Amino acid sequence: MFQTIKRPQPGPSSATRTPAATRRWRRARPGLVALGIALPAILVYLYFSWGPILSSLVMSVQDITPGQTSTWVGMENFSYVLSDPNLPQATLNTLLYTGLAILFGFPVPLALAVFISELRGHRWYFSALAYLPVMVPPVVAILLWKFFYEPSEDGVFNAVLGVVGIGPVPWLTAPTLAMPSIVLETTWAGAGTAVIIYIAALSSIPAELYEAAELDGAGIWSRVWHVALPQMRGIIGTMLLLQVIGTMQIFTEPFLFTGGGPLGATRTLLMTIYDYAFVRVDYGAATALSVLLAAVLAVFALVYARLTRRWSAS
Amino acid sequence: MSAPARARSAKRADRPERDAVGRSNISDTDRRRPVVRVSLLLGQVVVLLGLVVAGLGPLVWLALAAVSPTQDLIREPFAFFSSGVVQWENIGIAWERGRIGHYLWNTAVLALGATVATLVVSTSAAFVITVLRPRWGRLFSAAILATLFVPGIVALVPLYLTVRELPVVGISLLNTPWAVWLPAAATAFNVLILARFLESIPADLYDAARIDGAGALRILWSIVLPLSRPILGVVGLLAVVASWKDYLWPLLVLPDPDLQPVSVALPRLAAQTELSVQMAALFLSLIIPVALFLVFQRQFLRGASMAGGVKG
Repeated sequence: MFQTIKRPQPGPSSATRTPAATRRWRRARPGLVALGIALPAILVYLYFSWGPILSSLVMSVQDITPGQTSTWVGMENFSYVLSDPNLPQATLNTLLYTGLAILFGFPVPLALAVFISELRGHRWYFSALAYLPVMVPPVVAILLWKFFYEPSEDGVFNAVLGVVGIGPVPWLTAPTLAMPSIVLETTWAGAGTAVIIYIAALSSIPAELYEAAELDGAGIWSRVWHVALPQMRGIIGTMLLLQVIGTMQIFTEPFLFTGGGPLGATRTLLMTIYDYAFVRVDYGAATALSVLLAAVLAVFALVYARLTRRWSAS
Repeated sequence: MSAPARARSAKRADRPERDAVGRSNISDTDRRRPVVRVSLLLGQVVVLLGLVVAGLGPLVWLALAAVSPTQDLIREPFAFFSSGVVQWENIGIAWERGRIGHYLWNTAVLALGATVATLVVSTSAAFVITVLRPRWGRLFSAAILATLFVPGIVALVPLYLTVRELPVVGISLLNTPWAVWLPAAATAFNVLILARFLESIPADLYDAARIDGAGALRILWSIVLPLSRPILGVVGLLAVVASWKDYLWPLLVLPDPDLQPVSVALPRLAAQTELSVQMAALFLSLIIPVALFLVFQRQFLRGASMAGGVKG
């Protein structure tokens, strides 16, 4: 829209006046107006972002009992959290969720986006349909799918599978199937966003690349493989990293689907943190585990930052 | 069917600039091959069917289930109204006794407040960073953008304690909508989107306004806000949806059931009410977001693809 705005007609002396005027304008109000305008943002970030981030580091080395002054305990919270017998399983469950989410949720949107981009008409319906589940509030989707996952023969999914002679599948009630079932739902709920992002990335690939590949005798599949996908490596890498960072913090779905069961098979790291903080009211342990998890994720975030810088530079 | 298609592709060949727009992996030459055309058409049908079943199927099922008796749903989930009864009263019971209307109102208030807070905070921050550029602007923008790389989880517990008792002022925000509104405003991603947009406005516009004697607030009000209306719409929609979907945070900071949004109330309701009313409640909670999507499809899809563009 901004391109259509007419630039103001430069007056004869505006070229020399503009920088001077800017300088004067800035000197006359030494950042005070700017400070006033930024104040709400500064306060909000101070209270609800910077402050909590810093205090989590402090809290992780403190013993905090509500109503009493906190005492310094050094690494005690960390060693307590790390020796918690539930930690290995929670870690494995979280990694399993992340791994499965990428296995299910990564190739499907990519393939869908490549296909939709080939369409010459009705593209809109495909995109809108793919995006529709994203609009379903997670809690609504979870409660609905929980009913779909009913393990008896008359469960919605089992009724469908029963037609082709499979089942009844125990879904959320079996320790080995509970996590894959959760991943299936989150993939359904989240794939739409990825599809839209990939379609946008595909539409920005220069046409000459395809033409050159075609002239060189590349078939359709090899064009997908050697032109489209390499051109999207930046966005694909980004999505992969964001997906890892996001899925490692999974909470709502296992919390509402299974509450961590059966037999702790869907208990994730975030549920462990929730448990420390809001069930046992051990804020020190909760922040210690948060800091540990965040440190791991920050490594991914830094890799992502470096990669995006390199990709946008090239 | 093939004659008009051929005519269309011939027309396209006349206008190369038009062709370049539609250019993708499968070229026009490929599209004339019967194998490609048939498999494309076949793929189109299969993918469309899959998308309809996956995207629309659960929602349609829910709409029918919302007016079905519990026994029908349990016995034969696909034979709708097998007992011949359409239970319209489910909807009324969910609305009245389940208080879905009340919770939806709470959700809307929380979402709108969070959106207003997000827009005010993010726009003013982006304006200061890109247009006013005070000496401390770089530090300010670095401090905001750095939070993008700190996973949200690290701040969950301290944030809760902050809201329970604000440091320095000592006020508790628990059980007030501010506990949802204000933290939602501290989303660095929105500052990033807005700052990128403001940077693309030609600086001459600001300079001209300054020469004409406009102050910072005047520039914000008369130039920046009108020009960035479309982007503000996208950021606002993203904020509404994020707030509408949130579960854990309102669960923590709004323990009073009277204040809770529908997402927090639904699991509790589900544990207490019979299945048919539960489905009606889910259906009622779904209508508004889906209607929002149908009205603002373009903005939503644009917002989603922009999220990728900025992140990439």
